[in-house]
Amino acid sequence: MSVAITIKHAEKKYGDNTVIQDLSLTIRNGELFTLLGPSGCGKTTLLRMIAGFNSIEGGDFYFNDKRINDMDPGKRNIGMVFQNYAIFPNMTVRKNVEFGLKTRKIPQAEINEEVDKVLQLVHVDQYADRMPDHLSGGQQQRVALARALVIRPDVLLMDEPLSNLDAKLRVEMRTVVKEIQRNVGITTVYVTHDQEEAMAISDRIAVMKDGAIHQCGRPQDIYMRPLDLFVATFIGKSNLLDGTLSCTSGKPELVFKDGYRVVVPKLDPAKAKEMDVRVSCRPVELRIVEDGLGDGIHAEIEDSVFLGLNTHYFVKLDTGERAEIVQESDVESILPPKTKILLSVNTKKINVFDAKSGFSIMQGVKNNLEG
Amino acid sequence: MQARKKLDFWNSCALIILLLFGIFLVYPMFGLLKESVYVNGSFSMDAFSRFFHKSYYYSTIFNSFKIAFSVMVFSLLLGIPFSYFYTFYDLKGRKILFVLCLLSTMSAPFIGAYAWVLLLGNNGLLTNILKAMGISGISIYGFGGIVFVQTLKLFPLVVIYMNGAFRDIDSSLMEAAESMGCKGIQRFFRVLMTLTMPTILAAALLVFMRSFADFGTPLLIGRGCMTFPVLIYNEYLGENGADYHFAAAISVIAVLVTGIIFLIQKLATSKFKFTMSAMHPIQIKKPAGATSVLMHFFCYLVIAISMLPQVYIIYMSFRKYNNSILLPGYSMVNYEKALQKNLFRATGNTLVISFVTLAIIVVLAVFIAYLVVRKGNFISHLIDTISMMPYIMPGAVVGIALVIAFSKKPFCIAGTLLIMIIALAIRRLPFTSRSATATMMKISPSIEEAAISLGASKLAAFSKITVPMMSSGVISGAVLSWVSIITEMSSGVILYNNKTITLTLGTYVAINNGVYGVAAAFASVTTLLTVICLVIYLKFTKLEDVQM
Repeated sequence: MSVAITIKHAEKKYGDNTVIQDLSLTIRNGELFTLLGPSGCGKTTLLRMIAGFNSIEGGDFYFNDKRINDMDPGKRNIGMVFQNYAIFPNMTVRKNVEFGLKTRKIPQAEINEEVDKVLQLVHVDQYADRMPDHLSGGQQQRVALARALVIRPDVLLMDEPLSNLDAKLRVEMRTVVKEIQRNVGITTVYVTHDQEEAMAISDRIAVMKDGAIHQCGRPQDIYMRPLDLFVATFIGKSNLLDGTLSCTSGKPELVFKDGYRVVVPKLDPAKAKEMDVRVSCRPVELRIVEDGLGDGIHAEIEDSVFLGLNTHYFVKLDTGERAEIVQESDVESILPPKTKILLSVNTKKINVFDAKSGFSIMQGVKNNLEG
Repeated sequence: MQARKKLDFWNSCALIILLLFGIFLVYPMFGLLKESVYVNGSFSMDAFSRFFHKSYYYSTIFNSFKIAFSVMVFSLLLGIPFSYFYTFYDLKGRKILFVLCLLSTMSAPFIGAYAWVLLLGNNGLLTNILKAMGISGISIYGFGGIVFVQTLKLFPLVVIYMNGAFRDIDSSLMEAAESMGCKGIQRFFRVLMTLTMPTILAAALLVFMRSFADFGTPLLIGRGCMTFPVLIYNEYLGENGADYHFAAAISVIAVLVTGIIFLIQKLATSKFKFTMSAMHPIQIKKPAGATSVLMHFFCYLVIAISMLPQVYIIYMSFRKYNNSILLPGYSMVNYEKALQKNLFRATGNTLVISFVTLAIIVVLAVFIAYLVVRKGNFISHLIDTISMMPYIMPGAVVGIALVIAFSKKPFCIAGTLLIMIIALAIRRLPFTSRSATATMMKISPSIEEAAISLGASKLAAFSKITVPMMSSGVISGAVLSWVSIITEMSSGVILYNNKTITLTLGTYVAINNGVYGVAAAFASVTTLLTVICLVIYLKFTKLEDVQM
């Protein structure tokens, strides 16, 4: 039976050092929820508080209506997948997977059946009698997943499960994880520092930094309308440009440092007033206009990288700021360095932030901590 | 709730261990210290001043030091190349080499010395052969002889240590060095030696300590080259009756000296702090050409010389003796005599003592390792520190401290098997707990958490996952402990009596009484026991896993 997880005012301290303070969050039943953030942001700490391996210094943790703060990890009915897999090296694959069922004193016949089923589910049935040191990283990963799933846990907890795999396998395994999670329909909390991985598998992502959740929402929400500058730069690549908001003409206009002015349609009227702002533009939202053919920010090409489908340009603005631009590759030649260009922006997609507070002043910013 | 739980199982374990240490280790040590500075109830440093005023006394420190240092250097010189050849090259019969290596280090400390007396003593076999060839002046007695005998016995420790270290080296490191133009001898010194420096230092210290504390060898073949442990023993069982006071004072000095050596080694090791684990262990190469011949020659020669005394002792045990007179021909008379002289009792005692001691130290070591690695609080660090104390205590010191502490109330256990067991447990604990701690360090905490997350209790996770994972490391440490328990001499010689006699002590008594054939019989049974345990051990473990 999968459950919803509710965290209220969680607090974590190591000695006098408060790592997490007043963190509240609800994770829906059956959802794949990702804690995403740079290392040291507290994501693993929070996961281990849910698992019960870290003590909880304040607040309440619930599985559905059951408070679990003081429950032993073994009693919480969780399945956990560790970063290093934590496969018992002294047991075969089968023994590893049946370990949880044995501690639950389930009859052997039933154990065998369940183990066979789950081994098939993760496609390691042919290695059932091997010792773990004869398995590849990806296979060990599958065994770890099988071992966590076979006990039919209420919650599946995954701590950077793919970070030890090579890039290709990582992409392959994340599809496997997502597919299995869908099939089993189990509430899953997934920790990663890889934003692409998070976007690829999550129903919802909480972006964390310094023990706090900066934004929580569906991948497209946090990607398109990041709540603050940290989220904007952490999720995907963003160019940050300085500017001001000018309201002289009635409608607020965004003025870049070199004087280029645009109207941004999706500004939040309640927040848009005269102020210094920072603008985040994804590399694809900057467009190169060749010099003299219109209006834009003045810049010069410094370097370019041809990656087949796209070409990346690294440009230096006349204001001294630098930016990266991604364009669909042309049949014609790539613009050489030192070429003078103008940059126009996709006003629908750029995000504008209050330079002082760092918070977004756009409409449609979603921060959904409640599920 | 969380705070209350911390007082559960592990903290009680820690407290129990601490209590045991308090009674059996700290209390005797304080007793020893007190004995050394109190005469008839009043404070006095006269024993210390007596020690430092007579060269007869203080020269023993220099003797011991010189011997231990020389043995250390020679053991490294023999052991490192041996281990290098053994680990990196597919020598013919490498398994046998390793087993013989283990065997020669496992022999009782003075059996080697005794055999060398028979071979190279005044009327020894080789001495006579050499004399017939016109060579004289080669003798096993004195400084050179002690160094020779101890080196042959202790260099295999270096081999075993270094084998473990070499196997931890990733082959890519060697390849990286080669790619930068560092090859052959240069690579051996600049890469291999520096990578294994912590292990070299650890092995050096171990050899030094063993040699420094060795009692049997210098006693038998010292002849004017008196060492510290022999002095302690002589003073303890002096001709003018037991002088506890002076023996205690010398013991304190001995502990101070070894303590200083230990600290120097720690300091040196701290300069080389890094960890390694081999993802791609080095592939064993087939040696070729002249190097191959040289390697084989070196390894087999060294092993042959180290094994010679044991083989010769067994041979001598079947010779015909009339008390100390060697007669021509062969017989079982030595064994018949030995049976009259407590051979059965000694064997039984040896087995009982070794198994009980081993059980105690293995359990303690596993718990200590867990406490130290997983619960890094004050108590576990205290336990860790105290458990290392015996490392710097020569066996004779442990023996004297226990006699002083437990001959009087409230713990009147002197002269029992129990006190022998305690002495040996104290002596061996640091080694076993070190190897257990090292093994424990390699076990990721998430392995236990995985078990707990699957519903196992903390204790079940510990006993079902952690302990089995530790077992190979602990067993390999324990097998060497087991043999050193069987062959222990230095603390036993102070604690034993006719009822608690062991095989090694039986040998010692027989040598003392001049019945050399009986001594050889006792020694052969000891060797047989060692071989049996080694065989059993090798049945259950992979050869390569023998590490301390």
